Amino acid sequence: MTIPSDAQLREILVDMVTARTQSARLWNLQRQGQVGTVAPIDGHEATIVAAAHALDTEHDWVIPQYREPLALRRYGPEILERFMLYSLGHPAGGHIPDPIRVLPNQISLGTQIPHAVGIAWGMVLRSEPGVALVFFGDGSSSEGDFYEAGNLAGVLNAPVVMVCVNNQWAISTPVHLQTAAESFADKAAGFGIPGVKVDGNDAAAVYDAVDEARKRALAGKGPTLIEAVIYRLGAHTTADDPTRYVPPEDLEAAQRDDPVLRLTSQLRKLGLWDDAAQQETEVEALELLDRAVEDARSAPLAVDALLDHCFSVDTQRLALQRSQLLEARSTETR
Amino acid sequence: MADPFESDGVTELTMLQAINETLHAEMARDDRVVVLGEDVARNGGVFRATEGLYEKFGEHRVVDTPISEAVIAGATVGLAIAGLVPVAEIQFLGFSYQAMHQLAGQVARLRYRTQGRYEPSITIRAPFGGGVRTPELHSDSLEAQFANVAGLKVVMPATASDAKGLLASSIRDPDPVLFLEPLRGYRGIRGDVPDNDHLVPLGVARTAREGDDIVIITWSYQVELACRAADSLRSEGLSVRVLDLRSIVPLDIGAITEAVSHCGRAVVVQESCETGGFASEVIATINDGCFWSLEAPVARVSGYDVPYPVGMLEDLYVPDEARIIAAVRRTLESG
Repeated sequence: MTIPSDAQLREILVDMVTARTQSARLWNLQRQGQVGTVAPIDGHEATIVAAAHALDTEHDWVIPQYREPLALRRYGPEILERFMLYSLGHPAGGHIPDPIRVLPNQISLGTQIPHAVGIAWGMVLRSEPGVALVFFGDGSSSEGDFYEAGNLAGVLNAPVVMVCVNNQWAISTPVHLQTAAESFADKAAGFGIPGVKVDGNDAAAVYDAVDEARKRALAGKGPTLIEAVIYRLGAHTTADDPTRYVPPEDLEAAQRDDPVLRLTSQLRKLGLWDDAAQQETEVEALELLDRAVEDARSAPLAVDALLDHCFSVDTQRLALQRSQLLEARSTETR
Repeated sequence: MADPFESDGVTELTMLQAINETLHAEMARDDRVVVLGEDVARNGGVFRATEGLYEKFGEHRVVDTPISEAVIAGATVGLAIAGLVPVAEIQFLGFSYQAMHQLAGQVARLRYRTQGRYEPSITIRAPFGGGVRTPELHSDSLEAQFANVAGLKVVMPATASDAKGLLASSIRDPDPVLFLEPLRGYRGIRGDVPDNDHLVPLGVARTAREGDDIVIITWSYQVELACRAADSLRSEGLSVRVLDLRSIVPLDIGAITEAVSHCGRAVVVQESCETGGFASEVIATINDGCFWSLEAPVARVSGYDVPYPVGMLEDLYVPDEARIIAAVRRTLESG
């Protein structure tokens, strides 16, 4: 069992508090019409942050679904900067700069799991050390891609860490309508790989589970499926009203097990956290977020960025369309 | 003195042999090239297109996958991100429906959605097309569905030489390519293939027959039938040009416009259903580029708007020489 050091636990909590603070601000910005749809982080912090802290950012890849970016600060400030561009609908939001090993958000559920297997497989072929850690939800585990990718990962013995973030809800669909299986971790048996169920509100437990899966993968022992059991404390997104379907008593019980409060209280007891640390972290989180939003708003965007990066070189058709687009714009502005 | 490696020698090969030879050459040339798919390694592919690769390049570069079209396509995204050059096989194009969300939703948009961070050097090979009495879902001509997917190139060779030159270009191309191989052409098309490195650029059409009275525009195996039709009509004194598009994305708009402007009459031939087939796109391209040079409405020869039929009905469905000739005569007589 690998327990994160005090210093690591403190860094993990800084990232968790940062993510929650920024998520709350983004929610408000969305309500003010300043950013697009937001998927709140509340309840997911320990799982995502601790998993990221168990990785070697230089070699290990993170393949997210869509809720993770605010909690991936460990991979660099560019993650937040690009995520804000993404939230505002700027195309550069999908370009996380080289050499950061994080893929952009994936909206099509579960489709990123095959990508993770391909990356892991590719690293083995190129004799590169490293693992591919892929996040997906309880709902995504019902997609065919989960089964095809898990199966291929097992057959190839690929260094993949599959993290099923079970937050109990796929928008309004509860887990018992998602699967008849006892647990999502049990599905690993069908792939012939280990399945581990972990308390996803316990940062140290998640860290340990990912660390062990990573070490197995690097030792050539193949993939692991980790189910991190948490509870979605907020809405699915800003477009969702969970009061329509989340039983209030369940939510109240989950709030008592809030991962941020849990780690905060632990670290306070250990003398690793206090009001000043909390305040300093929140202030910095908001500064970073506001600056990222401001930068994203003022990022330049040329009209024909619409057509850039479709192909390496414009086809005849795209070249025609590019001149038509520019011509139409210059006529409009004349 | 002549350099033996620079010889302009040719060898007569079937399209299948040309494809196999090219895969060998590209794997030897670039160790980032990996081949994956169902039955591609130990069995050498169900048509033997990948024969000998496993023996020569080993189990790490030539990989038999589970029967999982979605993850075959999806893994190519990850392999490309990791810096490899995947050449995946979908055993029959009809099975690509099970990979459509990865091909259209992911492979095709990797460059665009990451704004060029990742180079999707991905080739997906798949046989398709009629004439060999396959079971259901093996013969469907789905190219128009993929041409409608932005970011994906769709390459469809008609000759053995082009199969080599276009496949080599596709594998070396930094964009994702769907490389479609006509089932009837595997052993039914043969021709001289250059021995040396041979590249045919993507997006440059080929004049398969010279002619002035009318042009037949088509791609893949239908080029063979169009050429037979042109040769047969030539004996009656009709001068029929055949334009082989070679790839429908990128489309050689200039070559279409030039040929139609010159001839004034055109017939577009495709194996797929009529509605929404790629012929419609070619005709719209003609309208955009050279409508006023037309002397008659452009004709279409297509399959019918039904699912690809079972074997005993196949010959009624797939365009043949007679239907092409009839369309040419109709177009020459009208206007």
